[in-house]
Amino acid sequence: MTTPLPTAPAEGAGAPAAAEAPASPWALALHRLRRRKAALVGAGIIGFFVLAALLAPVLTAISGTRPDTVDKKAIDPYLGGLPRGSLGGISSHHWLGVEPLLGRDIFARLLYGAQISLLVAFSAALLITLIGTVLGITAGYFGGRIDALISRFMDVMMSFPSLIFMIALLSVARDVNRVVLLIGVMSLFSWPYIARVVRGQTLSLRHREYVEAARASGTGNARILFGEILPNLTGTIVVYVTLAVPGLIGTEAALSFLGVGIRPPTPSWGQMISDAVLYYKVDPMFFILPSACLFLVVLAFTLVGDALRDALDPKGSRA
Amino acid sequence: MTPHPLLEVRDLAVEFPTAEGTVRAVKGIDFTVERGRTLGIVGESGSGKSVTSLAVMGLHRGATVTGSAKLDGTELIGTPDDRLRALRGRKMAMVFQDALTALHPYFTVGDQIAEAYRQHFGGTRKAALARAVDVLGDVGIPEPARRAREHPHQFSGGMRQRAMIALALSCDPDLIIADEPTTALDVTVQAQVLELLMRLQQERGLGIVMITHDLGVIARVADEVLVMYGGSAVEQAPAEKLFTAPRHPYTRGLLDSLPRLDDEDGAELRAIPGSPPSLLAPPAGCAFHPRCPAYAATSDGRCTGDRPPLRTVADGHRSACVLDEVTA
Amino acid sequence: MIGYLLRRLAAMAATLLIVCALTFAVFYLLPSDPAAQFCGKDCSTERIELVRQQLGLADPLIVQFWHYVRGIFAGQTLGTGQYAVQCGFPCFGYSFQSAQPVWALMMDRLPTSISLALGAATLWLLLGVGAGVISALRRGTWIDRTLMIGTIGIAALPVYFTAMILLYLVVTVAGILPYPRYIAFGENPVGWITNLILPWITLALLNAAIYARMTRNSVIETMAEPYVRTARAKGLPERRVVGKHGLRPALTPVATMLGMDLGGLLAGALITESLFSLPGIGKLFADSLNKSDQPVIMGVTLLASFFIVTSNLVVDLVYAWIDPRARLS
Repeated sequence: MTTPLPTAPAEGAGAPAAAEAPASPWALALHRLRRRKAALVGAGIIGFFVLAALLAPVLTAISGTRPDTVDKKAIDPYLGGLPRGSLGGISSHHWLGVEPLLGRDIFARLLYGAQISLLVAFSAALLITLIGTVLGITAGYFGGRIDALISRFMDVMMSFPSLIFMIALLSVARDVNRVVLLIGVMSLFSWPYIARVVRGQTLSLRHREYVEAARASGTGNARILFGEILPNLTGTIVVYVTLAVPGLIGTEAALSFLGVGIRPPTPSWGQMISDAVLYYKVDPMFFILPSACLFLVVLAFTLVGDALRDALDPKGSRA
Repeated sequence: MTPHPLLEVRDLAVEFPTAEGTVRAVKGIDFTVERGRTLGIVGESGSGKSVTSLAVMGLHRGATVTGSAKLDGTELIGTPDDRLRALRGRKMAMVFQDALTALHPYFTVGDQIAEAYRQHFGGTRKAALARAVDVLGDVGIPEPARRAREHPHQFSGGMRQRAMIALALSCDPDLIIADEPTTALDVTVQAQVLELLMRLQQERGLGIVMITHDLGVIARVADEVLVMYGGSAVEQAPAEKLFTAPRHPYTRGLLDSLPRLDDEDGAELRAIPGSPPSLLAPPAGCAFHPRCPAYAATSDGRCTGDRPPLRTVADGHRSACVLDEVTA
Repeated sequence: MIGYLLRRLAAMAATLLIVCALTFAVFYLLPSDPAAQFCGKDCSTERIELVRQQLGLADPLIVQFWHYVRGIFAGQTLGTGQYAVQCGFPCFGYSFQSAQPVWALMMDRLPTSISLALGAATLWLLLGVGAGVISALRRGTWIDRTLMIGTIGIAALPVYFTAMILLYLVVTVAGILPYPRYIAFGENPVGWITNLILPWITLALLNAAIYARMTRNSVIETMAEPYVRTARAKGLPERRVVGKHGLRPALTPVATMLGMDLGGLLAGALITESLFSLPGIGKLFADSLNKSDQPVIMGVTLLASFFIVTSNLVVDLVYAWIDPRARLS
């Protein structure tokens, strides 16, 4: 078809350069991102939670509460251990109220929960980026038997009921560092999704002229991979990792909710929700707060990932 | 014979609104197609030739089409879609470039042809299928009854393009618009498909608009030629005049870029330098001037002023170069 | 088509064997003492020894694996003499805690899970595909923007939150519906619906948002295909162009995703079933986690994999039936 698609102008000799034409694709993407309010809101929310997680020790020092300090004075033993006061026991001491029964401070637990949730999600994201990129590039670039092997492996990994298998693994695993274990198990079942996209992109990049040219002129595989192909994949990888993060956060919450993720006394949002489900009628604040945090973070990453995809990778992985 | 020409296009313009501004894809062109004759429209991608054909068929969505296009005296531009629909496929039909993507992958070739026939003539499914088998035979597909039950992906490239032509012919139209019908094909198959089109034209008195970037195709089939550049017509002439005495520098460039038998071995291909103009921010004046060898020799502002209109330079021969006296 | 079917069946058998091997490895190799794990919490040393003998854990690994695979297809007797327990075909393990074969426990729960999955899927298909198609055909209008912003928000809602808000508003505050419990369809169809409607909505909201976005993209992409333009060029009315030539290919990937999701949901609605205390397979799994009833955890893991592998096959066959090009490779 020769219909001129009304998209980017051709870099024609006669085309006068637009006055504010950004130079690099990244600058262009940033330019497009800035125009999307939803992405800015998302980035703001992410920034807020990352800051809150990093500053958890400082903030709890200011509030004067600890995540695991039991405060029997804040609950009412005659009401089945419900928090004293309205809205789940919000007071000048407990800014967001306390848990029923134990009276632990919700503000402190949410902050430290954010630390764990984000730590697990970000580490797993990093790990799946690494594994997914390495295996995806290898499969796409070298092709042939290596590709067949890796692709088949990805297919098998993706045909597992991942949540159930994660739980099974976590339930039999010997007790080591729970956080590390969680990151490992979550990554194990998430990398194929990134790898598949990277493989597809590599496959199409491999046949571009400049790669063919580099290969014809005797450039080594390593230099082609890191010098020509990887830089062209970064946009796609950033998009897919950003979109994978909400899934990872949700999975961590689900695993902790089911009791195989982060174990008490370390606080995590999923665990708090699991504790709070019993009290949803009598102490809704206890339930609403961690759910709202989960909602906001997942929403924020989806908004940013969505906008990034539009800005960096308009056609998605189908290229 | 009716007094009207089969297709008469006057001042046809097409604009697309986009986020970056309005794209003026076609900027007012005129042409006429008579029964039994072939008009070739030639140009690079982005020259507006396909946009023109889709505008005539009324297949643009979200574009502003102005001007006039009369099929056998009936105005097409601005006519409500439900009235156009009765003409589309019936009086004017289109042969698209890549039959593999232009035919539906889920349905058999026979069903797709029968669907068009029933839409315009009604009747039973069975009768329509019989008609489909007939036209498949007409376009030279062996064992048409069996092939009609197959899906497009089971056809070879040349057979698929024949099936596409059969689809266009199924309702016995007066006008066929063929948009790069042979571009995806091997050279020998290309020749067969072109011969098929010319044979059918003779048998049925079809008017054909042949859209292509390939001057070889034009030379083979066209009676009249319209050369487009950057959304405008730059030259219009009977085919033999265009090939023997081209007037516009762009046309000359195109003809020069054809490889010739008398080329010396190892001689470089003569390509037109530069690339097609941006449709969002077209060059001022003559859209071709940044790439024009004649412009390089002048700088008196004639090329960069107003867009040069087509002027009659010889009998039935029109060109849109302001430097024509200089370069002729 | 028959050759295609045979190839797919062979591939499925291979995948199932891999799944069996991996499940076996997870539960027999990873724990330091599988017998203690299978026995459960607070098992006496004698009980653990008994379990060790019943599972034949002293045998070489390959023999254990053979017994385990054979058990699935032919059933087996665990242990010998007076302590022998019968685990008939198909043996997905034996729960020493509840003294029942895992298969029986799971089949007991299956109707609930099927009811939940089918009802929810119907609901999210109606909502998601409907919204996606409208959004795509009205691309760029306020309807499209509202729907798409809405779906991002709904997709981000944690399922716990949706479930509890629904329970709170509908059951506690408004009192329109009773607290959900499972009633078999055959027993009381109206009760079946009124008791399942909240879990359905919970699951459906989450998926409807995802389906809406996917449908929208797919429809937009398909409507730009050359063959849709060909359909218009034939002079077909727009209704037929969209309905027959556009939507059929556009909805094929949606059907594929539906198959996979249904397969995953049959044994995978852990959280929804837990939140609503619905006695489905997911709830069985969650409860077994709390009780450390390892054989059930293993059985459900295996069953869930079987469901997924089978639904993969069904999806591929349906795909080949819809899109003739898929039969080639």
